[in-house]
Amino acid sequence: MNKIVKIFSGSIIVPLTAIVMGLLVGALIMLLGGYDPLLAYQSLFSQVFGNLYDLGETFREITPLVLTGLAVAFAFRAGLFNIGGEGQFIIGMTAATFVGIKITGLPMIIHAPLALIVGGICGGLWAAIAGYFKAKRGVNEVITTIMLNWTALYLANYIVRHFLLLKGQQRSENLQDSASISIQWLSELLGNARMHWGTLIAVLAAVFFYILLWKTKQGFELRAVGLNPHAAEYAGMNVGRNIIKSMFISGMFAGLAGAVQILGVFHYQSVMSGTPGIGFDGIAVALIGMNHPFGVLLGGFLFGSLTYGSAGMSFGAGVPPELIRIVIGSIIFFIATPGIVRYVLKPLYAKRKKEKVL
Amino acid sequence: MIAANPIVELKSITKRFPGVVANDSISLKLHKGEIHALLGENGAGKSTLMNILFGLYQPDEGSIEIDGKPVNIDNPNKAIEYGIGMVHQHFKLVQPFTVTENIILGMEPKKGLSLDQKTAANKIKELSEQYGLKVDPNAKIQNISVGMQQRVEILKTLYRGAQILIFDEPTAVLTPQEITELMEIMRRLVAEGKSIILITHKLKEIMHISDTVTIIRRGKVIDTVKTSESNPNLLAEKMVGRNVTFKVDKQPAAPGETVLSLNDIRLMRKDGVSVLNGLNFDIKAGEILGVAGVDGNGQTELIEVITGLRKADQGSIKIHGKEIAGSTPRAFAESGIAHIPEDRHKHGLVLDFSMSENLVLETYYKEPFSKRGFLNFDTIKKQAQRLIEEFDIRTPGIGTLARSLSGGNQQKAIIAREIDKNPDVLIAAQPTRGLDVGAIEFVQKQLIAQRDQGKAVLLISFELDEIMNVADRIIVIYEGKIVGEVLPEHTNDQELGLMMAGSLAVGGHGHE
Repeated sequence: MNKIVKIFSGSIIVPLTAIVMGLLVGALIMLLGGYDPLLAYQSLFSQVFGNLYDLGETFREITPLVLTGLAVAFAFRAGLFNIGGEGQFIIGMTAATFVGIKITGLPMIIHAPLALIVGGICGGLWAAIAGYFKAKRGVNEVITTIMLNWTALYLANYIVRHFLLLKGQQRSENLQDSASISIQWLSELLGNARMHWGTLIAVLAAVFFYILLWKTKQGFELRAVGLNPHAAEYAGMNVGRNIIKSMFISGMFAGLAGAVQILGVFHYQSVMSGTPGIGFDGIAVALIGMNHPFGVLLGGFLFGSLTYGSAGMSFGAGVPPELIRIVIGSIIFFIATPGIVRYVLKPLYAKRKKEKVL
Repeated sequence: MIAANPIVELKSITKRFPGVVANDSISLKLHKGEIHALLGENGAGKSTLMNILFGLYQPDEGSIEIDGKPVNIDNPNKAIEYGIGMVHQHFKLVQPFTVTENIILGMEPKKGLSLDQKTAANKIKELSEQYGLKVDPNAKIQNISVGMQQRVEILKTLYRGAQILIFDEPTAVLTPQEITELMEIMRRLVAEGKSIILITHKLKEIMHISDTVTIIRRGKVIDTVKTSESNPNLLAEKMVGRNVTFKVDKQPAAPGETVLSLNDIRLMRKDGVSVLNGLNFDIKAGEILGVAGVDGNGQTELIEVITGLRKADQGSIKIHGKEIAGSTPRAFAESGIAHIPEDRHKHGLVLDFSMSENLVLETYYKEPFSKRGFLNFDTIKKQAQRLIEEFDIRTPGIGTLARSLSGGNQQKAIIAREIDKNPDVLIAAQPTRGLDVGAIEFVQKQLIAQRDQGKAVLLISFELDEIMNVADRIIVIYEGKIVGEVLPEHTNDQELGLMMAGSLAVGGHGHE
């Protein structure tokens, strides 16, 4: 019982309050802009939960965000800042597309998982490049992962144009049906929303993250290296190898995110003029989730539903959908500054304390 | 010299933290021009009390009076306004900034829109001369010694007009020469009318410099005495609560065969300076070999080389006759070398890991702590509980973060972990640095117990007393070379001091 109280007062109350405060800041800005915040949030809510189709699509939106969020959070736990979720995402997409188109004659039960796994591994290897430079040469991973984002973008476009192109179009051919991870019956149930197994994979990935980091020998090393590389080295751990490993695992999450988008949602890959942004959004999701895998699940849910709901906000209340970015930004700001949130909560705590004394 | 009315009076200060009463109704009077020592073991509540005076914590009960007037100090800025300055144990300086920039940080003098550094630098120079600090206002912090950095901290308080200076364990990081100089500075400060509170657990310093001593044990004032009417034994007894012997009890060593031998170890730093210049020595089973030397003569590199953290450029390291130079730290550990590191925060512990995690930091990968890649929390927990009990580590629980333990208990945890590995060679680098009398006694006893069990112990220390008391054989390191080997019973501080300064070479391993 005590433990439950502790969890709630310690780690849940503060982010929840931060979310409420972020929504309030958004409301304030809407008021300043002459919009009706109540109507706006109401339309946002009904956009997300209003009907089955939108509910399904919200989950479609959430899924890759959870995975890229996990990517950032995992690297962070190992003391690394992976800003390259974007590039790893693109590499994951491209690898999955390649396998989905070029490998033929496999049954679905093998083809789809194979495309997924290859997507994840390629994303991981892409991130491991930055890890290798960090471990061997001390190059800051922030710089290399950002550079690799652009490299990934142009590499992906090159591959699509030269190997996978649908004649006369700026996109690849369609994947073979055997590579799809869409869930037909669920989509039909939810008004043809694009439902796929990726959502389940994202949840499993969070569980994998948790078990790997806190229950295994390997996780013990990764955390030790992340918190104090000097002590880790002294204790006989191979710091460099652990850095490469954490980058690989981190990149694998982002690569999976790209793969599930292709295999579950689009079923083809476009030639991109810019990076899709889901990798960068993963940073925000990880921050909201306070770098904990289950926090990331919730953070992804929040980020995804706000983003998806912002369209409703613009239909229903005329509020520009970009405004939701201000709300998300404010939420992150308040989560990153627990001091402010505690200050706001202070009168509440004081009251409770008094009651206890009485 | 001592005025009748105290300049600072703390009246029955009580401060509670969850689970502990850190200060239990503590009263203390500081008179003008006095050096008042606050003596107590690690975790006795000295720092808490001073943090209350400096406005970092609020007392739950009690009051503070300055010059006879009750004051409410609820933040450090208020404390500074009342003329209280604190010289922290861990310096709060910006490394790439100059002395002047560090001192004016937070209260920059302005001339129009620009920073007026010149006036500040002049004022700092004046203050520095007045108190004999010899600080160059334009030097960068990263280029000056630790002793100088401390003087910058002192100047920082003086610049802000401090009348009452709190020194928190000021000598913990200093070399013997720097300590003597600091004592001079403190005398100068009180001669100029400042008052000083000195937090320490080093009895020698208290006897040397303080006028009055207040002894705190487990959050309570045990006694306040005039230094001149006291003696070290009495103070130690009051501090620890039992009789403490300063003589280390030990039987003569019975050295066995050579366990670890170093031959012609050479190492060049990245900047081309050669730090180890052909080191040779052997350690036998059942002896404590002391390495004496002034800080910076290659000790750190020597430790890194014999623990595998750094590869020597040349030379051999043999354990039981087997060459291990060039292998990984883990290979060194597995061949029987355990290591109590010099810097326990940097190398010894992962501060944000729990006690149980820290206690298996080097053995987590072995059975029974891990099985098929998964950690076995039951055995890890049992191991932690056993070590905590055996080595009397005072921690609220095995889940407590290492960060929140006192220095003495952190060190106990490291020693517990290392000794429990049952090593053949135990390397102890500055094992008692920053510890109080009780903990020092504990650590030294453990080292001797290891020796008596037939382990080879290498003790590297800057404290001559420790080397003289604990080691069975002493080698002196100077500029990366062993310049002499002596037996503690056949030498004295003076001879060792000369050897450490490089002006005398004695014994078998001397090269010049």
